[in-house]
Amino acid sequence: MSSPEQWTHPEPGEGPAARAAQPSREQVIAGLRATSEGGAELTQLLTPEGERVPAPLFDSYVQDIDGAALRGLYRDMVLVRRADREANAMQRQGQLGIWVPLLGQEAAQIGSGRALKPQDMAFPSYREHGVAYTRGVDFRELLGIFRCTDHGGWDFNAHRFHPYTIVIGNQVLNAAGYAMGQKFEGRVGDDDGEATIVYFGDGATSQGDVHEGFVWAAVYDAPLVFFCQNNQWAISEPTERQSRLPLYQRARGYGFPGIRVDGNDVLACLAVTRWALEECRHGNGPVLIEAFTYRMDAHTTTDDPTRYRLSDELEAWKLKDPIERVRVHLARGGLADQSFFDQVQADADAFAADLREFTFNMPEPPPERVFDNVYAEPSPVLEAQREEYLSYLDGFATAGER
Amino acid sequence: MMAAPVKSEMDVRSPVQSLTIGKALNLGLRAAMEADDKVIVLGEDVGKLGGVFRITDGLQKDFGEQRVLDTPLAESGIIGTAVGLAVRGFRPVCEIQFEGFIFPGFDQISSQLAKLHYRSQGRVKVPVVVRVPYGGGIGAVEHHSESPESLFAHIAGLKVVSCSNPADAYWMIQQAISCDDPVLFFEPKRLYHNGQLKSEVDTANPVGPLFASRVLRQGTDATLVAYGPSVKVCLDAATAAAEEGRSLEVIDLRTISPLDLGPVFESVRRTGRLVAVSEASSESSVTSEIAARVQQECFYSLEAPVLRVTGFDTPYPPSKLEEHFLPDLDRVLHAVDRSLGW
Repeated sequence: MSSPEQWTHPEPGEGPAARAAQPSREQVIAGLRATSEGGAELTQLLTPEGERVPAPLFDSYVQDIDGAALRGLYRDMVLVRRADREANAMQRQGQLGIWVPLLGQEAAQIGSGRALKPQDMAFPSYREHGVAYTRGVDFRELLGIFRCTDHGGWDFNAHRFHPYTIVIGNQVLNAAGYAMGQKFEGRVGDDDGEATIVYFGDGATSQGDVHEGFVWAAVYDAPLVFFCQNNQWAISEPTERQSRLPLYQRARGYGFPGIRVDGNDVLACLAVTRWALEECRHGNGPVLIEAFTYRMDAHTTTDDPTRYRLSDELEAWKLKDPIERVRVHLARGGLADQSFFDQVQADADAFAADLREFTFNMPEPPPERVFDNVYAEPSPVLEAQREEYLSYLDGFATAGER
Repeated sequence: MMAAPVKSEMDVRSPVQSLTIGKALNLGLRAAMEADDKVIVLGEDVGKLGGVFRITDGLQKDFGEQRVLDTPLAESGIIGTAVGLAVRGFRPVCEIQFEGFIFPGFDQISSQLAKLHYRSQGRVKVPVVVRVPYGGGIGAVEHHSESPESLFAHIAGLKVVSCSNPADAYWMIQQAISCDDPVLFFEPKRLYHNGQLKSEVDTANPVGPLFASRVLRQGTDATLVAYGPSVKVCLDAATAAAEEGRSLEVIDLRTISPLDLGPVFESVRRTGRLVAVSEASSESSVTSEIAARVQQECFYSLEAPVLRVTGFDTPYPPSKLEEHFLPDLDRVLHAVDRSLGW
């Protein structure tokens, strides 16, 4: 394996600066992907073929996952994928302004989301529809953002799920502050302790805010799990445009553990995230998890991936599908029969139909909504502007034009 | 758990004290921290050192390291973590060491601090105060003398205020901390320790509301409006003008966003003349906004155009040149002459 140590290690007898570090592009890519095929550093519990493989450090974290629990995880993933495809289709029909697909990242999101305890807090980016689902956010409440009727409507405190953050990396610092607060309030240190998880992507790792989030969480020992979904692409830019080094290895430089998990393995994501959250709630945070996955669809519905990546890459990842491996495992192990799979599919179709019905009938926001909630305490200047505009509109109503 | 409120000089001090702006801010912060254990202070060097201007002097000693945080050196981190702490239920007070260093935090201020309440349809409150020592006149190197307040006044979701005297400093910082909206709190750094401004502060009786302008000196010939460090310049100009028989009214804006221009309109309707003064560059600034609004509201009362005395539309110059850049008594009186002679 190519590694930074090799790139920078001086030849015997030469001074330490004798060989500058300038790896070839091939070396960097080899390093970034070295563990993607099931190497020693990739934590995997369920192979793409559906075989349960031992992971001595993490098996104990999923001891309770019996057939029923695994069927539940399968159902979660099928439902959010079905909802994702429905939303994608609704965008194509002009019912949504844009959609941000999660296709291919179901295991990373359901596995990590189901690892959270009720008292834990989650800070999403903008693709975490699966995590939202695990936090009990009604999927319909996500759609206002994408139909452009609101910027986010759920009760963040009731669901312990922060509003979506679109500016890349901002939420990592917000989560670090929140986790510091959990610690300052003395809510860390035992089994009932609290922890925070923050979601971001491979592209975000280049942002200063993510670096600062690593620094802050480390120096304040914050109970924060950094959950990086490395889906290989930041719109058109591959991971080697963000890093020379496998992303999980960055944690070492900040002084906390980093681990790479098979992001398409829901059982591994559940186990590793549970471990990381336990570390944090007991006061041993922070932890970085790199969930190695793949964005099977476009960045958003406005994107065209055929301009920058080859279809055989997509074909290779299809063989590592996060849902298929669970289905095979359930079927081969006699943990589920055909009627179960049929029922899940029927449930998913009904779920999607409900979203469709809801979206088509979503009311248009009233014009006064423009002015709502800019401030917690009223601003007379804004109030005056609001009244002036509404009275202008009322002029049309009086004239019968509104 | 949070530390219990501690004994301090607040317990023994007289309700009326003679204070500088700097000391008033220090005592105001202390009072806010005693009143609410969710109030925390964070910034660079705010702990043991007490801040480079000593505004947080003694707070860490009395309230502990979990309420007065010496942070890593990154302004986006200071603002970004303060947002998260506020979401958790704290009331963070951030110190930006000098206004010229606020820009690494601009993204968090504009994208999160200002917009979370709107984005969440009012469910997420972010009661963060960002204290910003600003303005020139201290003979400093680059990035230590700027006046960027207009940039923040332009961002919906933020409130922006500036104090000009010890009593306001003492009370406005506490009012900003108890406000449920994010407040950018601009402090006139060259006046922090100015003994001339040292004055009696009644720590038992609050000054008026935070988001209100105030007439500091009544007059009949022309109106001067200013905020922060320029208020003293205007008051000095009014005193000098009085010796020549001219009566100038001086209004301290106090709040930059939302603007409270009622007292300005009322004054201009009487005097017919307005000179707006600020150290910030004039282009697209707070003084531009004042001029636009006054011509809209007082069109038929104006005897002369609204004139402005401001910093020039240049970067802040090397400080050997700052006396040319900063509005001073003579430039203000020159503008008054032009207005009266129109």
